[in-house]
Amino acid sequence: MRYLPLVGAALFRRPTRTILTLLSVLVAYLLFGLLYAVQLAFQSGADTADARRLLTTARYSIIDLLPISYLGPIERVPGVVSVAHAEWFGAKYQNESNAFPVFAVDPLRYLDMYPEFVVPPAARERFAATRTGALAGRRLADRYHWVVGQRLPISSEIHPKVDGSLAWEFDLVGTLDAEDPAVQGNTDLVLINVAYFDEARLLGRGRTGWYIERIAEPAQAKTVSAEIDRLFANSPDETRTQPEKEFAVGFAKQIGDMGALVTRILAAVFFTILLLTGNTMAQSVREGIPELAILKTLGFSDRTVAALVLAEALCLLLFGALLGLAGATALLPGVNRSTGGRFPPLFVSGATWLYGAVIAVALAFAVGLPPALRVARLRIVDALAGHR
Amino acid sequence: MSALVEIRGVTKVYERGGHQLEVLHKVDLDIAAGDFVALMGPSGSGKTTLLNLIGGLDRPTAGAVTVDGQRIDQLRGGALSRWRAAHVGFVFQFYNLLPALTAERNVELPLLLTDLGAGQRRHRAAIALTLVGLADRAQHRPKELSGGQEQRVAIARAIVSDPTLLVCDEPTGDLDRETAAAILGLIQMLNREHGKTVVMVTHDPKAAEYARRRLYLDKGTLTSGTDGAA
Repeated sequence: MRYLPLVGAALFRRPTRTILTLLSVLVAYLLFGLLYAVQLAFQSGADTADARRLLTTARYSIIDLLPISYLGPIERVPGVVSVAHAEWFGAKYQNESNAFPVFAVDPLRYLDMYPEFVVPPAARERFAATRTGALAGRRLADRYHWVVGQRLPISSEIHPKVDGSLAWEFDLVGTLDAEDPAVQGNTDLVLINVAYFDEARLLGRGRTGWYIERIAEPAQAKTVSAEIDRLFANSPDETRTQPEKEFAVGFAKQIGDMGALVTRILAAVFFTILLLTGNTMAQSVREGIPELAILKTLGFSDRTVAALVLAEALCLLLFGALLGLAGATALLPGVNRSTGGRFPPLFVSGATWLYGAVIAVALAFAVGLPPALRVARLRIVDALAGHR
Repeated sequence: MSALVEIRGVTKVYERGGHQLEVLHKVDLDIAAGDFVALMGPSGSGKTTLLNLIGGLDRPTAGAVTVDGQRIDQLRGGALSRWRAAHVGFVFQFYNLLPALTAERNVELPLLLTDLGAGQRRHRAAIALTLVGLADRAQHRPKELSGGQEQRVAIARAIVSDPTLLVCDEPTGDLDRETAAAILGLIQMLNREHGKTVVMVTHDPKAAEYARRRLYLDKGTLTSGTDGAA
């Protein structure tokens, strides 16, 4: 801490240059914070996946349905603790642009399978007891100003009722939420009771979209998956079972490999920062050589002056990173409001701060180490020549 | 007075563009504790090189440099840095203050290498600034000071850690006659009243008159010495 004024003196030898460099680091980290939030949103399904959950879909396409009668045999597979199932409803609310996922589920089985969803006990009981009941994600309910107790008119793109109509109505019996912001992105949905749905639909009765299995140990995932698929091999409805995370990653990649895209953009941004701050540091050290030589003359060791140069780079990058990520943190609530909840919530996570800090330290060493070593090797008499 | 600085058979050779250049040739010199020595001579005579060797900024090619009983020519890297911090105060022609720091912070610099706390460092810096007559300029930055005031701050920085030896390289070379006289008077006061041993390189015979002894170097060899006004 006692050397901090020396670091400050070096940074503010040319305040304009320092401020401009700081701004460029800030903008880079602002981009990093925003883009990484988008990437996190895309992989939130995979990140929040439970290693103890497997997903069973039709072998050749996830849009093919599976018999609900598979429930019993799957439950009896050794290693399976519990089973739930769900089916895609394909919902629109009021107009085409208000689309969101609606799943027809067995209420208690499904909610037990996803303990990360927070549902008040009374709402859970009402959902299980009400055949026309529906649970809506809190963010979704807020967006459309739904209130518990109201009728919920939803049309389906793919499931006509027995009378041929695509217009369905449910009773909103409660909301579901999540404490973890990453899981909140998965709560923009409506759950409906499969008992009513299956009875009231025209097509596909007695079938469901996919099964979710909870297993005792993640290490059993491979053998349990194989056993489930073996059960239905050579049947008209063969299955494909895989860990939930694997399924989520594959599903997200259908949209595009956001991770690779974001990584490439950020690599370009940080490479530019590397060149920019590297140049700034080289200039700063070049101009500061007489001062550094004086410090050495006064008795500062080679190691100390090298550490001062490195600290200058660290301060520049860490402070810029702090401001940039703080800026992203401040901006994202506004971005979330502007999407009206149509996109999973974007936020700067603890991991983003950690990665940001690690990148800043790595960049600081990359740009600070060469001039620091140069200063450490500096001969006082040579450096002072012409400055005495 | 006992010898504080003992130089025996010191030779310094620089290599420049593949050629060897002997700057000092078998120099022998004793400087007593409390002495004030002016090193004079034409440009390229080796004055600054000799001063660098005495101040531990450089090492001789051959010979021995002993200061206060310590063979500093045998010290390396960190040990030599620590020795300089503890024993030598430096004053240069162009002051060499850190422009972004206040006068007080500049004076405090050598104390950062000690175990003193912030309060004690400030206190000592204030005393040093008072001694050079700049107590009221403690919070001013170098660009807000005149050349003479900057050199006073540099002198305060040189004496703040109470070194045995003051090494001054053309301390008045960038100052007008009147300011130079004041600075030289200050250095003389530090020598006479505070017992600092001073070695000063100068071209200026007037400046050299403030020293107790004047030594002349020519082509790397000490040619003669005279007693000064002291």
